[in-house]
Amino acid sequence: MNSLVGAAPLLLQGLWVTLSVAVLALLLATALGALSAAAKLGGGPVARGAAAAYSTIVRGIPDLVTMLIVYFAGQRLINGVAESVGLEGVEVSLYGAGVLSIGFIYGAYMTETFRGAYLAIPRGQLEAATALGLSRRRTLTRIIIPQLMRFALPGYANVWQVLVKSTAVVSVIGLADLVGLALKIGRRERDPFTYLIVVLVAYLLITSVSGWLFQRAERRLARGT
Amino acid sequence: MEAFCAAAAAASQAGAPWAFNPCLVIDEGPRWATGVGITVALTALALVLGFMVALPLAFIRTQRHRVFDPLVRGYVYVFRGSPLLVQLFLIYYGLAQFGFVRDSFLWPFLRDAWWCALLAFTLNSAAYQTEILRGALEATPKGDREAAVALGMSPWLAARRILIPAALRRALPQMGNEAVFMLHGTAIASVITIQDILGVGRMINGRYYVVYEGLLSAAALYMALTGLVVLAVRALEKRYLRHLYR
Repeated sequence: MNSLVGAAPLLLQGLWVTLSVAVLALLLATALGALSAAAKLGGGPVARGAAAAYSTIVRGIPDLVTMLIVYFAGQRLINGVAESVGLEGVEVSLYGAGVLSIGFIYGAYMTETFRGAYLAIPRGQLEAATALGLSRRRTLTRIIIPQLMRFALPGYANVWQVLVKSTAVVSVIGLADLVGLALKIGRRERDPFTYLIVVLVAYLLITSVSGWLFQRAERRLARGT
Repeated sequence: MEAFCAAAAAASQAGAPWAFNPCLVIDEGPRWATGVGITVALTALALVLGFMVALPLAFIRTQRHRVFDPLVRGYVYVFRGSPLLVQLFLIYYGLAQFGFVRDSFLWPFLRDAWWCALLAFTLNSAAYQTEILRGALEATPKGDREAAVALGMSPWLAARRILIPAALRRALPQMGNEAVFMLHGTAIASVITIQDILGVGRMINGRYYVVYEGLLSAAALYMALTGLVVLAVRALEKRYLRHLYR
């Protein structure tokens, strides 16, 4: 127990890594998902095909496999190409690889969330906006986006819950996140159970608190319906 | 074939950054086969055993039993709210530190990575399936239950003939999702030394000092298996949810 108190600062550091990876990955996933949903809904044949391939392939592969591919194969490819054109290779950091791969994976899930939310907007409203002479931009900011947020939020919250739990997997490529640190310290102290229970409780807190926040946001966006 | 393999090996030696040597993958065919077998076995067993745990738990949830319902809720909450990897580590690394576990008759199982993985995946899947089945059972129309009572069916017979079959149909799409989720979840078994698909891929990468061959082949195999699961679920839906497709 004493060693647990002593390890607290280190574990908090790990918690910070886990949380920041999750939030940055969420931002990346949101951007990628919005982009690829837009491509699927209104892109040309090439954009449509690329978005479909992205969301289908990534969702067909386990998160750990994608992560290892991004970290190892991605690095090799970038460096190989850079070297062959005479540039210096780059060292992709573990942290960067974690954020990139998780954001890349969950962007594929967000694609479907956003696409579904857009399709849930009644067509008549878009026609009404046109009939009223609203510009495309005003239609987007006044009609589409406010409703898109409401329709997408339940799915968005779902993806976030899965994404958070998926961050545990970055410990496998060696990032010193909460799981990686707890396992390392726990095994050194010959008490992995206690340390891993602390991790379990931390994740339960994260998923519960964020779930509660999303619920409140959903209620707020759904007011008046 | 040999000439082709020599050329492929030379290409990767020359260091083209995208060089992929298919011969490395093909030569390890038997290993891939056992890897696929282990992944499929882990997934299928976790789903089936998880279902056997989940069905009674789902009934406890719908009956709102005073003692057991909070317990089941707690179990579902813990296993759905935390990462599968942490659950696996707790069972594989955590339990072994307790003397009473090492002295118990379960130790021959709990010291073995394979059984630890199966236990973790089963408990995890059972928690998710409990919620899926609870939802499906609670969606049972009141009339179904009343009709069963009116026909003089015992609660047990009504459950077996009416409630469960109807709930399983309703749960089918979500069960398909859970199957894919579990298939993907089993990839972390390779972290505790199990030679599943990803384990074989990482082993090949390590042995031949390559980065693409093992991982990309593993990814392709997972995708193929995911596709099979999706097709199977679609076929089942066509058969059992026919009445919804009109």
